[in-house]
Amino acid sequence: MSRVTPTLLRALLLALLVTFLLAPETFEPLLRPLVQQNAPVIYAQGNLMSLTLQHLATVFAATLAATIVAVSLAVLVSRPIGAEFLPLSRSLVNIGQTFPPVAVLALAVPVVGFGEKPTLIALFLYGLLPIFENTLTGLTTLPRAVVEAARGTGMTGWQRLVKIELPLAMPVILAGIRLSVVISLATATIGSTVAARTLGEVIIAGLQSNNLAYVVQGGLIVGALAVLIYDGFSAVERRLAVRS
Amino acid sequence: MIEIDHVSKVYDGKTVVDDISLTIEPHTIAVIVGTSGSGKTTLLRMINRLVELDAGMVRLDGEDNRTIPGYELRRRIGYAIQGHGLFPHRTVAENIATVPRLNGWDRRRTTEKVRELLSLFQLDPDAFGPRYPHELSGGEQQRVGVARALAAEPNVLLMDEPFGALDPIIRAKAQDDLLAIQKHFGTTIILVTHDMNEAFHLADKIAVMDGGRLLQFGPPDELVRRPATGFVEAMVGAGDRPFRLLSMRRVADAAEAGEASGPALAASMNQQDALAELMWSGRPAAPVVSADGTMTGRVTLDALLKRARGAP
Repeated sequence: MSRVTPTLLRALLLALLVTFLLAPETFEPLLRPLVQQNAPVIYAQGNLMSLTLQHLATVFAATLAATIVAVSLAVLVSRPIGAEFLPLSRSLVNIGQTFPPVAVLALAVPVVGFGEKPTLIALFLYGLLPIFENTLTGLTTLPRAVVEAARGTGMTGWQRLVKIELPLAMPVILAGIRLSVVISLATATIGSTVAARTLGEVIIAGLQSNNLAYVVQGGLIVGALAVLIYDGFSAVERRLAVRS
Repeated sequence: MIEIDHVSKVYDGKTVVDDISLTIEPHTIAVIVGTSGSGKTTLLRMINRLVELDAGMVRLDGEDNRTIPGYELRRRIGYAIQGHGLFPHRTVAENIATVPRLNGWDRRRTTEKVRELLSLFQLDPDAFGPRYPHELSGGEQQRVGVARALAAEPNVLLMDEPFGALDPIIRAKAQDDLLAIQKHFGTTIILVTHDMNEAFHLADKIAVMDGGRLLQFGPPDELVRRPATGFVEAMVGAGDRPFRLLSMRRVADAAEAGEASGPALAASMNQQDALAELMWSGRPAAPVVSADGTMTGRVTLDALLKRARGAP
């Protein structure tokens, strides 16, 4: 019973989300009390489904880029030849995290123009830190005997990395990517201030026209996406961690 | 043949291996003993170049071990360590297949080898092959670790305290298994341990190290009779000397013509166990029976005591 309930809840949430995206008018009565008379209840200036897919695509692209860069950097500084770059790399990804995404947008717009690009840059910088730190932790805390055995069996540096170190560090790396994705899902909404097509559009339209129903539906879709993706990652991590 | 020729290693100005030379004959077991920090593990790791030497040379069958890349050298030399170091994300069969795969063996040959080794270590290939290391007991993991080290049929096997994590009963069994395996493959084994009993049980020759220096290298019985230094004498254990001598010999060597009463002792039993048996049963002598069941004579308390004092 207790093991089935969370799965059921997740399936229910997914079903609700998909229904809402495909047929938002079904939920009109629920949201009606949030708006003044005669005001529109369901966001109609854009298709919710296509906005959601755009939102996800932006987050996916930014996280993919952040993963490639952060994992490569962590692999490099965990090798003997790259060890001296560790403090530098750490500072760089820390700056990426502490620099507010809004400020990144403001600085990026004059250079790359309005639209997706400044949002991608902001999300990319913001997402580096958790992936970098987790990959580094994963690679540097492997059981000593296992690493020793990998060398002793005659694996080259590359073979050890690909066959032993990365697979064993994978659960920890995935946890970093999971954090990064969830942060990016929420942060991506501000991209709509610089004309990126994200779910932020719905929230901003709601704020501008004092329409609470818009704000709630934009926020809830982002929230539901974050919960489902977080759960998905956690499940994969658990499966991988069972063996190690 | 493994020739270690005036080898030294210095870490941060501290000499951990100091000008060591020794030659290990093919198809024998050499055991390196010493206290922790004696440099025994470093010496072992210089043979397969997990540690690069600072001076001297290691030759395998006459060939300098630096003539080929380190990783290729290590694929030719088996390596088993304490805590087994099995890859937790790979099955037992995949773990054992590691070096054959690195060497590019075809699938069939690899599978056959894995099955052969598992059977040899008394692990059912069908039951154990698909399991993951964490599903095995400590003794089973250790056997798989040694099986992996032997998978590519190396001429040389290096072992760094391979039985250190096992309880005494499983350890004794693992040591006997190792002797049987060594006989089966004829592998030259170099084993590092700090356990003197293990050294005497396994070794054809024992090397005693202290503070990075080699104090003595010779057959076990030479270490007992003519210890080179006080340290060697202390390692052997002055109080254990008579028993060490007896433990290295078989009852058959001390048997004489005559008769005795009571249960018979096997000719292949070691003399230390025979002495213990006579003392425990309060007999002055016991009959000796050979492997095929024929009575070959008797062994007396006096004969054993004489040998404990070093008589041939």
